[in-house]
Amino acid sequence: MAAIRTKPDPQIYTFPGFGTEKYPNLMLRGAGDLDNWNLKVYEQKHEGYVALKAALKMEPVAVVEEMKTSGIRGRGGAGFPCGLKWSFMPKDTADRKFTRYLVCNGDEGEPGTFKDRAILEYNPHQLIEGMIIGGWAMQCKLGFVYIRGEFLWLIEKLEAALQQARDAGYLGKNIMGTGWDYDILVYRGAGAYICGEETALLNSLEGRRGEPRVKPPFPAAKGAFGQPTTVNNVETLAAVPPILRMGGAEYAKLGTPKNTGTRIFGVSGHVKRPGLFELPLGTPMDFVVNELAGGSSTGKKIKAIIPGGSSAPMFDEKDFDCPLDFDTVKARGSMAGSGGLICMDEDTCMVQATLRLIRFYAHESCGQCTPCREGCNWMEMVLYRIEHGEGRMEDLDLLAGLTPRIGLRTLCPLGDAACGPMDSALQKFRHEFEHHITHKTCYAQGSRLLTAVGAH
Amino acid sequence: MNHPLPPETSNEPMAPGQRLPESDRKEFSPEALAEIQALMVKFPDKLAATLPALHIAQREFGFVSLSAMKAVAKAIGIPEGHVFGVATFYTMYQKAPVGKFHLQVCTNISCALRGAAQLLEKVCEKTGVKPGQGPSADGMWSVEEVECLAGCGSGPCVQVNHDVYDEFVDEKKLIEVMEACKRGDYRPWAH
Repeated sequence: MAAIRTKPDPQIYTFPGFGTEKYPNLMLRGAGDLDNWNLKVYEQKHEGYVALKAALKMEPVAVVEEMKTSGIRGRGGAGFPCGLKWSFMPKDTADRKFTRYLVCNGDEGEPGTFKDRAILEYNPHQLIEGMIIGGWAMQCKLGFVYIRGEFLWLIEKLEAALQQARDAGYLGKNIMGTGWDYDILVYRGAGAYICGEETALLNSLEGRRGEPRVKPPFPAAKGAFGQPTTVNNVETLAAVPPILRMGGAEYAKLGTPKNTGTRIFGVSGHVKRPGLFELPLGTPMDFVVNELAGGSSTGKKIKAIIPGGSSAPMFDEKDFDCPLDFDTVKARGSMAGSGGLICMDEDTCMVQATLRLIRFYAHESCGQCTPCREGCNWMEMVLYRIEHGEGRMEDLDLLAGLTPRIGLRTLCPLGDAACGPMDSALQKFRHEFEHHITHKTCYAQGSRLLTAVGAH
Repeated sequence: MNHPLPPETSNEPMAPGQRLPESDRKEFSPEALAEIQALMVKFPDKLAATLPALHIAQREFGFVSLSAMKAVAKAIGIPEGHVFGVATFYTMYQKAPVGKFHLQVCTNISCALRGAAQLLEKVCEKTGVKPGQGPSADGMWSVEEVECLAGCGSGPCVQVNHDVYDEFVDEKKLIEVMEACKRGDYRPWAH
């Protein structure tokens, strides 16, 4: 076993008022303290494994009910109610006809999102506890944590934390005298953004190419290794222990009625204090960007914000007051996604930014569905042409005509995700595209987002 | 997906099922073989050992060549075509040799807003290699442009081999990191 990496990272995890009743600290407890991952610290300082002991005294169904009461919605991107997802698993817990699995999605690859990394670095035991409770609630036989391959040092840390949990009797055979056997295995990915999609992740977990599957059957019926499976994001599972500690009804009071609880927002781009901020859902975006992240770092006004990781359509100035919860952001034409806020100032050329984003999707498309595989590449080529001063006015109609032919026509949402930034940039910053075509140069001079030394 | 085809030791292009000359075959060390066998029973299905076994192959042989893929298929007892498909799907399996220190620079949007493009150019200038063009003449450096490394807040992000993951890499920090590599503070590739 390699030594645990103890390199501090420069992220900001806190702000004045964090940890008070208004801004409860449920997920980022002890973030920034590199000793915090130890079982001892977790048990002594952060009420570690208290929720598990309580959960094991409850009926599994009661735990699922508690999750439903809490109203927590999946933190991975789609915002699907977690309790409901858990209740889709087959209920024959008595005769154990099926082998059930719980999978934790730690394939954090969405540009602008870096929250799971903080949980794995500082609070791995909270995730482990959440996974044991989830395993109990659905009577699973095994839990898997799928982590992206680049996080090698976090995998080593998680393995060490799992061993601590096994030694303490929280994992293994006959856990806490309940007669229930359960263990958690770590699986290392190998660099594919698409494996963040749940069925692609399951394929990858089985040792195959990470290509999304046709749904139905949904994973709750036929998931990993052909057995009923639930896939949850790291942040969702890490929220389970606090929910059980404080009670579902109490947790539901945080945030807004239909978007309960806290979530970790990652602010990146042109801001003074980029970092991770855990806030109740429904916190206004301008408060997060201007008050907590300190506003623009360049002295120029912020022109556009992507509110939920790179897949979310951009917001321009008139939507900066949007409360960050799943429903409101969706009503305003974007999506809350994975909670990564990317801020761009006035000097950012939107053609370059869009090209950079689309290049990512063209590169990461798994190649299974034609609309996404071809469409993303065509969008990239057309944008490249515009960026390099060879664009034509009809290219804009071509781009606008491409997106409805990709969106909702693929097995997984990667194609839709590519359309989000494309459509919104074209709608909100069309003048920059037109300027590029007519003047053959950027409207907003002063940014250079693309390299001159050859792409992938 | 622009994956390079695996480089062949012979001049002839090879199909996954084709036999390699005796001299080009790769064998796992007994320890690595034992590790792979442990993986095959660790997961509910032995196929699931494919990805971790390829990671082991990369560690053993430096990069995942066609012969390394064949060795993986033989060790697990699965079709060579399956291993070939998996190895070419994932970008972390290097299909061509890399330098002793493989520098992976994220140039995605959050890092780009903080100067990743300029950083990549600096990295290329300092190491004398271009992204995706194999290692430098002394075998020390290779550079790759990669997608998001989940360090968006404090980017631009550079990953040195699998060990280090440096944030706020500006020019000064970059020189520091490269000096540390030369001193041997970081583990070289595949160790």
